[in-house]
Amino acid sequence: MSQLSLSPSRRAWQRFKRNRLGFWSLVLFCALVVMSLFADLLSNDRPLVVRYEGKTYFPLVQDLPETLFGGDFEAPTDYLDPFIREQITRGDNWAVYPPNPYGPNTLNYFAQAPNPSAPSADNWLGTDDRGRDLLAQLIYGFRISVLFALALTVIGTLLGIVTGAIQGYFGGRTDLAFQRFIEIWGSMPELYLLIIFSAVLAPSVGLLLVLLSLFGWMGLSDYVRAEFLRNRQLDYVRAARAMGLSHGQIIWRHLLPNSLTPVVTFLPFRMSAAILALTSLDFLGLGVPPGTPSLGELLSQGKNNIDAWWISLSTFAVLVVTLLLLTFMGDALRDALDPRKADR
Amino acid sequence: MTALLSLRGLTVAFNGTPVVHGIDLDIQAGEKLALVGESGSGKTVSALSLLRLVEGAQVSGQALLEGRDLLALSGPQLRAVRGDEVAVIFQEPMTALNPLQTVGAQIAEVLQLKRGLNATDARRAVVDLLVSTGIAEPQRRAGAYPHQLSGGQRQRVMIAMALASRPRLLIADEPTTALDVSLRGQMLDLLSDLQREYGMAVLLITHDLNLVRRFASRVAVMERGHLVEQGAVAEVFAAPRNPYTRQLLASRPVRDLQETPVPPGQAPVLSARDLGVSYPVPLPGLRGWFRRGRFDAVRSVQFALARGRTLGVVGGSGSGKSTLALAALGLLPHSGQLAVEGTDWEAARRGGASRALRRRVQVVFQDPFSSLSPRMTVEQIVGEGLLVHEPTLHEADRQARVVDALRDVGLLQAGEDPAGWLQRYPHECSGGQRQRLAIARALIVEPRVLVLDEPTSALDVTVQQQVLGLLQRLQRERALSYLLITHDVDVIRAMAHEVLVMKEGAVVEHGPALDVLSAPQHPYTQELVRAAL
Repeated sequence: MSQLSLSPSRRAWQRFKRNRLGFWSLVLFCALVVMSLFADLLSNDRPLVVRYEGKTYFPLVQDLPETLFGGDFEAPTDYLDPFIREQITRGDNWAVYPPNPYGPNTLNYFAQAPNPSAPSADNWLGTDDRGRDLLAQLIYGFRISVLFALALTVIGTLLGIVTGAIQGYFGGRTDLAFQRFIEIWGSMPELYLLIIFSAVLAPSVGLLLVLLSLFGWMGLSDYVRAEFLRNRQLDYVRAARAMGLSHGQIIWRHLLPNSLTPVVTFLPFRMSAAILALTSLDFLGLGVPPGTPSLGELLSQGKNNIDAWWISLSTFAVLVVTLLLLTFMGDALRDALDPRKADR
Repeated sequence: MTALLSLRGLTVAFNGTPVVHGIDLDIQAGEKLALVGESGSGKTVSALSLLRLVEGAQVSGQALLEGRDLLALSGPQLRAVRGDEVAVIFQEPMTALNPLQTVGAQIAEVLQLKRGLNATDARRAVVDLLVSTGIAEPQRRAGAYPHQLSGGQRQRVMIAMALASRPRLLIADEPTTALDVSLRGQMLDLLSDLQREYGMAVLLITHDLNLVRRFASRVAVMERGHLVEQGAVAEVFAAPRNPYTRQLLASRPVRDLQETPVPPGQAPVLSARDLGVSYPVPLPGLRGWFRRGRFDAVRSVQFALARGRTLGVVGGSGSGKSTLALAALGLLPHSGQLAVEGTDWEAARRGGASRALRRRVQVVFQDPFSSLSPRMTVEQIVGEGLLVHEPTLHEADRQARVVDALRDVGLLQAGEDPAGWLQRYPHECSGGQRQRLAIARALIVEPRVLVLDEPTSALDVTVQQQVLGLLQRLQRERALSYLLITHDVDVIRAMAHEVLVMKEGAVVEHGPALDVLSAPQHPYTQELVRAAL
């Protein structure tokens, strides 16, 4: 035969790549995520490298007292202090600052305008109502959103696959019991539980992840269950049973690879739903603890300072671009995995 | 005399790839024309594309219905033609009917739309139409939903619906394929009667030459999008001019078996005594809350399958023959005795020895597209049995065994490099190749019994003959025993030493295959044999 044999998943990938919008959305999204992972190099209130009086320091990983650079206090250095800046850039000394010299919680004490201040040469996207740099907040907020969504998606997907597989494969009473459990579990008021828990326990990203994961697996498990129910009737599964394969082998080798289409198709949409969930919880003040950079919290600031248009507008833009990229990817993925669209 | 419908250079293409290459065909008014071909020959596509019922098809050429070019009509004009002058009945009546409406309402809709009847007249006409299709209790059936009808009744409803508008041309796309064998004859007779009564032309699309011989006056043979031969049925069948037509006509399965009697005293490899299989079914009403009823799919079946012999099991759908196959594979619990080389399945299951028994009995299923996992390579599929039954086998040895198995089933010629085949995926194989793969997967663990569940009914006739030939050769070479489940009397005639005829879960006739087929005793067997002629 002339061309190489491609597995069905490889062929789906080829089809995905042929969808330019989806493919470039994936590339761009991955690039943004990778960049946000290195956010400390892009946006930070400490210089990356300082050469001071013949010695090299890496303030990113070192805590240096101000006295080292000729300051008065033993406290950690504020590298945005004009005096320190003067000290470490004078003469032979030099320092490399990140492109955006603010961290997510850095207060700009030396701002020219009152907070929230409009975009300027100092703060490219302006500051929020506490004087924190908006660009830095957006970068870190994006990172937390994406990482949180990724974790939530992975946990929810794994839980969904496992529960769906058990229900679909064993069927009968197992299925019946699980379905009733899901109905009861699914009718619990998620939002009120979140409110109650955030009142009782100290809010944290971990707690939020656990709470949202507890409810996030049900939709997917239904799809996996349906796929399993369908596929286990097919002759190749019967043939495998006649061959004497164990339940585990049949699930792992035969059913799982053939039942993952809806799982993969839903991944980007689950991601965007998770990002939205975190954002809206933060907006309501039920999400991550105060002081954590978050898109939802920025939106709520935008709402409270409606004339500080740069807050709401830039946060809105970041959210729209993120969700749009995910949706484009999801659309392309859905087309690529559509069994009715065979590639010719 | 001008034809009712004449196709001139009809070409159908998908995404620029032509699948029908300029066919010329005339259908006279009141004529019975059969369009024959194997799957992928373009017979359905060319017929349905006339009414633009094929999605994504680019149709060119001319299709003149009484001088009007169907292909040049606008959408509304074409809709007037569809179902009015030209009606279609499809292969699968279940999916062609709306499950949420009574069949009477669906037929009445056609009458109201196409013949302008009011609701009362339409209701009366519906019953008349149903009467003409010979359906039992037409009054009551008109109020039934599709799922309440049997396959044959549904097809009759489809026919009634197609006739509602008194079409000039009826396109029947494999109208009997989804039906039970014993019903096929009746359905063709019905079509013939109605054709005479209504004076319409019928274009029968089929792959079944028996149907053509029985039904049509003229036949057109298609091969890969070309019309290779057409003419009167008697002439074409008696003296086919085209080599492909000859090949089609010659592709009835041939009997080539070990015919010597079984040596006396030899123990059977698979035997059943008083075998029964039942399913739990929900009971109606309040009782269903507390108890479940049982449905006996197979009742008190008795047989003994000798080494190197074939036991054919024939019957219509719902006769329990596939349940019997699953029970023989040890996949269903059973009552009575069902023993593989003397070991009963139930006893093996209790003793935890069923895995060893599984090696003795393997299976080849009907549908070659669902019987191979689409995400595994040929090597993984065929080699899987060895992973289970000979887990200590070295990987290189396993691969060698896979290659041997592929050679045995004729997928690899001697000296051919196996690398290309081992890494292939099922979607890259044709139906016949997939069925050979399924056979190789079963053979690799060296079973004694092969359960063949309709092994060839999803295949084209020419491929069917090759696969049956392969099975016959393997049986002679390895003294394999086959439990052959089929609805096809031709296959039984070619393959089976003995035959069980099943109806509604019970055996109605049992005996040497050729005797039973030449002199059937039970009325059901007689019906089956007659339908196959």
